[in-house]
Amino acid sequence: MRSNGSLLEARVLTAFYGDFQALFDVDFRIERNETVAIIGSNGAGKSTLLKSITGLVRTKAEAIYFDGEAIGGKPAYRIVEQGISMVPEGRCLFPSLSVEENLAIGAYSKRQGPWNLEAVYEVFPMLKEKRIVPATALSGGQQQMVAIGRALMANPRLLLCDEISLGLAPVIIKEIYAQLERISAEGTTLVIVEQDIKRAMAVSDHVYCIREGRVVLEGRPRDLGREEITKAYFGM
Amino acid sequence: MNQAVRIERSTRASHFFVSFGLLLLFLLITAPFYLGRSELYLLVEIFSYLALASLWNLLAGYTGLASIGQQGFVGLGGYSLFALTIFFRMPPILAVLAAGIGAALLAVPTAWVIFRLKGAYFAIGTWVVAEVYRLVFAQVSALGAGSGTSLPTQVVYSIAPTRVLRDNLIYWTGLGLVVAVLALIYLLLRSRWGLALTAIRDSEAAAESVGVDNDRTKFLVYFFTAGATGSVGALISLQKLRISPEAAFSVNDWTAFVIFIVVIGGIGQMEGPLIGTIVFFLLRGFLADFGPWYFMLLGAFAIIITLTMPKGIAGWLAEKFDLDLFPLRRRVRLPKQKSDKNPSKTPKDGPRINYRAIRRL
Amino acid sequence: MDLVATVIDGILLGGLYALFASGLSLIFGVMRLVNIAHGDLIVLAAFIAMIVIDHFGVHPLVSLVLVVPFMALLGYGLQRGIFNRALDSDILRPVLVSFGVSVFLQNALLQAFSADSRRLQAGNLETLHFDLPGGVAVGVLPCLMFMVALVVIGGLQLLLYRTELGRAFRSVSDDQQTAQLMGINHAHLFGLAMALSLAIVSVAGVFLGIRGNFDPSIGPTRMIFACEAIIIGGLGDLWGTLVGGVILGIAQTLGARINPGYQILAGHLVFLAILTLRPQGFFAKIR
Repeated sequence: MRSNGSLLEARVLTAFYGDFQALFDVDFRIERNETVAIIGSNGAGKSTLLKSITGLVRTKAEAIYFDGEAIGGKPAYRIVEQGISMVPEGRCLFPSLSVEENLAIGAYSKRQGPWNLEAVYEVFPMLKEKRIVPATALSGGQQQMVAIGRALMANPRLLLCDEISLGLAPVIIKEIYAQLERISAEGTTLVIVEQDIKRAMAVSDHVYCIREGRVVLEGRPRDLGREEITKAYFGM
Repeated sequence: MNQAVRIERSTRASHFFVSFGLLLLFLLITAPFYLGRSELYLLVEIFSYLALASLWNLLAGYTGLASIGQQGFVGLGGYSLFALTIFFRMPPILAVLAAGIGAALLAVPTAWVIFRLKGAYFAIGTWVVAEVYRLVFAQVSALGAGSGTSLPTQVVYSIAPTRVLRDNLIYWTGLGLVVAVLALIYLLLRSRWGLALTAIRDSEAAAESVGVDNDRTKFLVYFFTAGATGSVGALISLQKLRISPEAAFSVNDWTAFVIFIVVIGGIGQMEGPLIGTIVFFLLRGFLADFGPWYFMLLGAFAIIITLTMPKGIAGWLAEKFDLDLFPLRRRVRLPKQKSDKNPSKTPKDGPRINYRAIRRL
Repeated sequence: MDLVATVIDGILLGGLYALFASGLSLIFGVMRLVNIAHGDLIVLAAFIAMIVIDHFGVHPLVSLVLVVPFMALLGYGLQRGIFNRALDSDILRPVLVSFGVSVFLQNALLQAFSADSRRLQAGNLETLHFDLPGGVAVGVLPCLMFMVALVVIGGLQLLLYRTELGRAFRSVSDDQQTAQLMGINHAHLFGLAMALSLAIVSVAGVFLGIRGNFDPSIGPTRMIFACEAIIIGGLGDLWGTLVGGVILGIAQTLGARINPGYQILAGHLVFLAILTLRPQGFFAKIR
């Protein structure tokens, strides 16, 4: 059993898109400083879970606790102020803004912390050369770095990464994950949503598998067998 | 034993409505025999607004073409009628139809230009074009230029020799026009075109992907509504026996009021303009003496209803009582199954099947 | 020379139209709303200025000290109270709501001030002029309006591209959802944008009132001029809007030269012609 001083806790979390129910009674816990992976196939509800945490999808107040405080139902901009930041699926960079402007807007919530432009450029040096270029003119991998940097600029205590390896070459993915490890080492708690099971298992301390809106498996990667995971993932 | 799932359009309410409608139609046809002059005049006004509102509803509510320039076609229809009867000695009642054709023809170049605009800018583009028509006709001295002109006496007499007969003929033309407009709209919506319109309104991209020619469909609807609006405009000016650019192209009379009617009655439903016209004329009866307050009330109403009851009164009725007067929606009648006997046993947190929503498809 | 004078008048008139248009363009850029009541708000500003002038006996331009904050607050309230609820849905709702606001406002003004024509007395400003070589006289007022238009548009560009608020406006315009993830309260930001728009509208309204007669019914036509300037110039580019305003202004003054009754019609026809030949305008940034 895990202790109750978790950083983030979801209890009996349900979420709807109109009449369509996307999450059913999800229970979910993230401890400080750990890296949690959420795996599942397309449409399983992984992104919905992240959106519920960040406030883009409405939930009940008691459904989500962050550091002991009920944050469910709060609007997204308030949740950023609390210290939860997300790298959205598909990156969602602002096309009208340059690379540096995208990073700068990440700091809009004015949260204090170690992350600023210089710190981000240190982790992703190739962005510094391209700082005045429109963000969407960059390659996929570089855009992903901008998206991560932008999320870091909010000095989050909890960083959510939604499918950051999608569409990227393995070499780039490897580099990005190396930087993520570094970020995690500096004290940020990470949640990684991935379709790439192997990658997710390799970097995380705890894994949740979601299928059709329900948590069907959870545990430490080294305790979970390959067959077990495959069964849960595909529902066989 | 599984009964097949049936798809139906009519409901008990729509059957009742049709019978009621036929009775009403009979009463209206015979109205000149028991109603006086001013009542007939008012009825023609009501018919005109009902027609204009139904047409605007088709254009904006069903096709998604938010026009605030339909007054352009109202004025075009009016001026065409005056021109045709004065310069070409056309019989006025026939001219009502011809004026509609004229308006439809002018819709072609109009559409060609303003369809380049999208969204709200399209709306403003329609207004600009209407203004152009107004400003142009204000320069035509043969039709009275800025102050307008009255219908010459010999043209008036050519409608019919006596005043009573004239009033009746204009009345029946109005009745015929509104019935024709409503019937055509209904048939259009019931046909394949109607499905295409709903598809376009919901998602243009999706509609194109199933083979709907968006541009052509939109243009045809615009063309048709322009022509019908023109005919109504011709009738309106004929009844007034007078025309002027201000009156014929009035944004207030032919767009603001019409929009108000459709918004209050319910956009995107055929019942909307019907309900809205009734409400409008009731309000007008009670409040028109209050001048600007009346308009302010209409404006405020339109805002509040758009924000709080976006489907208007008709929409509210449809949701509350599942009421459908015009048999347009296709309803899925699910077969009765034994397991349906205890619907309360559905788990609370499970997916909720909204049968009403399914029926609404 | 007469032709030169007409063209110069047209260019300077374009400055006024650009002033009308820049507030509208800002709003459209940030939240894709075309405020049909925009022209009526310009007229409202003129009437408010009139009240301030009557009450305090100041020069119209001085009255801006009170008119601008008032209109800005009104704009914030209008956006958060009414327009914010109409956005985020189909295109019909914002059109209907702003049309309703337009009708309401026009008639409220009519009720409060009657249909009489008014004018804001600006003393010397109305008649002072520069005498250019060749016998061409150029009014000080039109020049001032043009300069103010330049300053306003320049200021808006600075705001949009050099400040954090401007960055926030641009990001919210790109992607509302993701902007929220940055900590941006878009409801509040939209309110600020409308407040800024109406601050500009105040200036436009005062100039409108000084330059000529105004009454509650002239709002819609000014809104149409603003839209024409924006569309000719190209959506999303503020300097383009200035160019669009100038083109419209010249079209109108040339038309007026042929026949005063043709002024507005000439503007509309040139607008429609440009729309036909180059629908995206000259400097479009938004498609």
